[in-house]
Amino acid sequence: MAQPVRLALSAADLTRAEIEDFLYQEAALLDEWRLAEWHALFSEDATYRVPSTDVPDAEPDNTLFLIDDDAARLRSRVEQLLGKSTWSENPHSRTRRLLANVRIRKTEGARAWVTANFAVYRMRSNQVATYVGRYEYVLERRGDGLRISSRRAILDLESLRDVGKISFIL
Amino acid sequence: MRSSYIDVDEPRGTFRVQREAFLDPDVLAAERERIFDRCWLYLGHESEVPEPGDFRARELGVRRIVFVRGKDRVVRALLNSCTHRGAEVCRERRGNAKSFQCFYHGWTFANDGRLIGVPGEDGYAAGFSRETLGLREAPRLESYRGFYFVSFDPEIVLLRDYLAGAAEYLDLVVDQSEIGMEIIGGTQSYAINANWKLLVENSYDGYHGVITHARYFKWLVSTGAVGFPSGAKWDRARDLGNGHACVEYTSQWGRPIAHWVPSFGEGTEPEFREIRAQLEARLGAERAHRIATTSRNLGIFPNLVVNDIMSITVRTFHPVAPGRMHVEAWSLAPRDEAPAHRKHRLENFLTFLGPGGFATPDDIEGLESCQRGYLATPQEWNDISRDFQNPAPPVTGEHQMRAFWRQWQERVASKSLAEVCHGSAR
Repeated sequence: MAQPVRLALSAADLTRAEIEDFLYQEAALLDEWRLAEWHALFSEDATYRVPSTDVPDAEPDNTLFLIDDDAARLRSRVEQLLGKSTWSENPHSRTRRLLANVRIRKTEGARAWVTANFAVYRMRSNQVATYVGRYEYVLERRGDGLRISSRRAILDLESLRDVGKISFIL
Repeated sequence: MRSSYIDVDEPRGTFRVQREAFLDPDVLAAERERIFDRCWLYLGHESEVPEPGDFRARELGVRRIVFVRGKDRVVRALLNSCTHRGAEVCRERRGNAKSFQCFYHGWTFANDGRLIGVPGEDGYAAGFSRETLGLREAPRLESYRGFYFVSFDPEIVLLRDYLAGAAEYLDLVVDQSEIGMEIIGGTQSYAINANWKLLVENSYDGYHGVITHARYFKWLVSTGAVGFPSGAKWDRARDLGNGHACVEYTSQWGRPIAHWVPSFGEGTEPEFREIRAQLEARLGAERAHRIATTSRNLGIFPNLVVNDIMSITVRTFHPVAPGRMHVEAWSLAPRDEAPAHRKHRLENFLTFLGPGGFATPDDIEGLESCQRGYLATPQEWNDISRDFQNPAPPVTGEHQMRAFWRQWQERVASKSLAEVCHGSAR
């Protein structure tokens, strides 16, 4: 009898190059607004969070965040952004993401905790907004590749005054 | 400057606002002098400075204020400028401090504002007096049920009188807890490239919801929300006096206090029933029903919004240019709320509210779009005539905005409301 696939998988031998390839592909899907494909990278119980800028290290249970999506709200966010009545993103922004300083912080079983720095440029209405910060990912290795089970974008910006809003996927 | 920016035609039932009110730098200068220097302005909530020494650095337009509880437990609004040469003495956004030391020459002020340290004090003549050199305070500071306001007009009326009918609506928020409300940690601080008055209008605009927020309501329905009976006896837009106004209504969304909808999650309904029962026991069935099931968008003149909707947001904003404002928004909640329920409240907040929510970004888009539209059409007029002649103005009308604009005209422009309302503006 074959072992259940998930028990056999370990994230311990993942290389940084493999992780980087995955994150670069994820960034490309977002920049190309291929949001359904992007969403397919997530596990069934995934979360997507952005803390408020004055409490970058807080947890959302008792702190007001900017975004705290569980899997259902994330699915809806993607549907909304692909729909026609999300006026703040219709017509949608141009974005360009630069990722760097990718680090595997730890692994445990099939999961890897990964951080990366980002600069996300958003162009719309002839204005450029620059979002700077770091991503914290929990990635899960599966038989058919990596999945994102937790994605947190932690802004270094002291407020959103220079960027206005987060109407796209940061 | 024009002598009037509103045009009222009572017989025809029209009410219009001139678009230069959103564009003209002279109007903003007049607003600073005649509104922001003459009204009560929201500073902060008592729960943000619970202990002696707790402080929050606040920006009210160009003014920098330290909202601080002194060691004598008295809350003060200290101007964040050293009495020696003017540098800021508090350079952290929040914290707890026994004293504030200016880093320029080292003058030190106690957390009650007294000057307690002057390096090289023997270099001053005998007439030098520390007593006269404490940090300056905003001329007036008063609170209503935990909400602190400052005014730079020493002669302003008492806060309670200024609030007029708005106090009753703050009561409907504060009465949600037996022991008081608190600001939850986490500030949504952002900017909108639009005139500040557009956010006043938008914050209690019941006409735009189904169009602007189509995606939010689609999401809400997808979670299993159904309409609940509207037409409750409170449903109405109200002029609360002194430029304050509100809308009160029933909506499809759930309310942490305490209207359950499926999006809160399976198995959560009993905790909502329990909260509702506690409200009824404490406040009686009718008031409990009103607090639990109706939503209220409250605008306190000029720039405080307390929207008790799918969550409670406290939002204040200041113009930095005719076409730009800074916004700070917080979440307010009962202090004695259970942790699991607090989480539901915050999640419900974020489904709609804030710069990453499913609704606020589209409001921001709308306001910025208006501002760009005005640039091209400065001589045109905005129409806010809906339900002008309706004795029972509904939430989807514009009665609440007219209450704001009448007050604004009285304070900013030279022509009196009586003159304007007789049609002499045309």
